[in-house]
Amino acid sequence: MEAYLARTESEEKVGGVVVIHHFPGYDEATKEIVRKFAANGYNAICVNLYWRESPGASSDDAAAAARASGGVADDQLVGDVGAAAAYLRALSNSNQLVGVIGYCSGGRQSVLAACSLDLDAAVDCYGAFVVESRPESTMTSIVDLLPKLSCPLLGLFGLEDQYPSPEQTETLRKLLTQHGKEFTFHEYEGAGHAFFAVDRPSYRPEVATEAWGEIWKFYGEHLAGKK
Amino acid sequence: MCTYDTERIAITGSAKGADSWFRATDATISYDHPVHYGAGHALLVDVINPSLGASSRVGLELNADSARELALAILRSLDSVPAGLLES
Repeated sequence: MEAYLARTESEEKVGGVVVIHHFPGYDEATKEIVRKFAANGYNAICVNLYWRESPGASSDDAAAAARASGGVADDQLVGDVGAAAAYLRALSNSNQLVGVIGYCSGGRQSVLAACSLDLDAAVDCYGAFVVESRPESTMTSIVDLLPKLSCPLLGLFGLEDQYPSPEQTETLRKLLTQHGKEFTFHEYEGAGHAFFAVDRPSYRPEVATEAWGEIWKFYGEHLAGKK
Repeated sequence: MCTYDTERIAITGSAKGADSWFRATDATISYDHPVHYGAGHALLVDVINPSLGASSRVGLELNADSARELALAILRSLDSVPAGLLES
């Protein structure tokens, strides 16, 4: 598979982060996010989820092909994230702690991965279709997997988003509480979907900066030290 | 949001991609996140030939009004073709 890796230069043992790209693909903005994690002291990697179907294609052409074929199957996603996590743990300066983060469709996939793999921290950035299915599509709810959530979950959502809506976020909050899972949700006023996306009109710099702070705090708590 | 709703139809014709013309076999239509057009969502049209690889593609990202105007203009154009000239 193809993947984008950014490593911290620290010789001390550090945590790793698997970044799951959004539906528009393995693009420059996502690679910038990977580098941001490295600049903040983590080893980070993003797998090109569309590589199998479109090896060598540009990110936009690969995304179009993925859209035409209905997107990435859940079991394939879990396999790719699992392989990426294993790669991070095999790095010489790994402390064996690995988190996952995903944006948009990757938000749902981050929760899916954390319910399917042994991970140490998961971040869901406005992922829709976690607690509800999309009619007539391959995107199905993963509520049945929530009891298997393997690690603490940080959820970052915009109150003006409709997918996921504040009501759907509340449903997820209730389910996680019911299952006794550790989680923290932040819902931001003045932000809708994709407020982290620096190359899109949905970008909300003040909210994104605050939310990045929550990510550093969360990963600092759960990915620091040795497992 | 990513809608994941994609219409896919078989088509007959040709399209000019980044490098050259190619035989177009399929088209997909969806309303989802654009790559280049500066909006949260757009009507996306991809004219493709999957057998030639993902790069054999002509993509359009249009706002909703433009997409409707384009669709209607296509229909008007076809409806105005003189009798006997339409080839299916």
